Amino acid sequence: MIFLTRKAEFSSAHYYWNDAWSPEQNQRVFGKCANRNGHGHNYTLEVTVAGEIDPVSGFVVDLKELKDILEREVVSVYDHRHLNLEVPEFKTAIPTTENIAIAIWQRLHNKIPNAKLHRVRVYEMPDLFADYYGEL
Amino acid sequence: MKAYLNRRYHFSASHRLNSEAYDAAKNRVVFGKCNNPHGHGHNYTVQVTFSGQVDPATGMVCNLADLDAFAQTNLLARFDHTNLNTLDIFANRVSTTENLTTEIYRVFQSFPAAHLERVHIEETSNNSFDYAGAAPPTPGTI
Repeated sequence: MIFLTRKAEFSSAHYYWNDAWSPEQNQRVFGKCANRNGHGHNYTLEVTVAGEIDPVSGFVVDLKELKDILEREVVSVYDHRHLNLEVPEFKTAIPTTENIAIAIWQRLHNKIPNAKLHRVRVYEMPDLFADYYGEL
Repeated sequence: MKAYLNRRYHFSASHRLNSEAYDAAKNRVVFGKCNNPHGHGHNYTVQVTFSGQVDPATGMVCNLADLDAFAQTNLLARFDHTNLNTLDIFANRVSTTENLTTEIYRVFQSFPAAHLERVHIEETSNNSFDYAGAAPPTPGTI
């Protein structure tokens, strides 16, 4: 089994807000992330897939094809968008780094030919990142 | 759904590798330039990994502000701009980054809001150390 990781980047706006809570509670829990005018990040996405090497091509997956899948399924939807306002999964889920990793897993699951999705890692900043392995 | 939150902290400290069990000549042989009697220093990066269910109300494994406050009190206030050899923990232990990693793992184990999976410390950009507790790490987390 070989693990292969492809990176992609997107820049997006978001805010953290739970509609079930009062403004005071949102402010207390989420702090400056609760600013309703939003703020933004340069996100780095690392997608790791696992598979066997094809003896003919020498590939686990065709990197160009993986790049196109990431572009189509994630980057074209998230990049230069407001995640809360323009991305369907964040109408209900708060776009934290954890939830972004889970949402990207769900977008990519079963879309990568010949390889198994192993890990989705999302960096909000170099010092803060979340991993999702498809665990319930 | 279970996710993993990774946070990196930075501190700078000096140390000297020297074992009471060795004489001066043996310390010089074993530890080389790290045995310089005047010490030397590093910019350490500590990366902690916590796991847990993502709380539907917050979208978080744990509140980052709580983790940062815990790290400020228990990691940065204790280690940043210190000489590691003067700290109690290194009174009878060599201040290697292996020993630092197990100590910082012990420290973050008491953070109550999520499960500590792993501590990864970069002493320099070329040297890094990982500790995931006595039990083998959860498959797939390294």
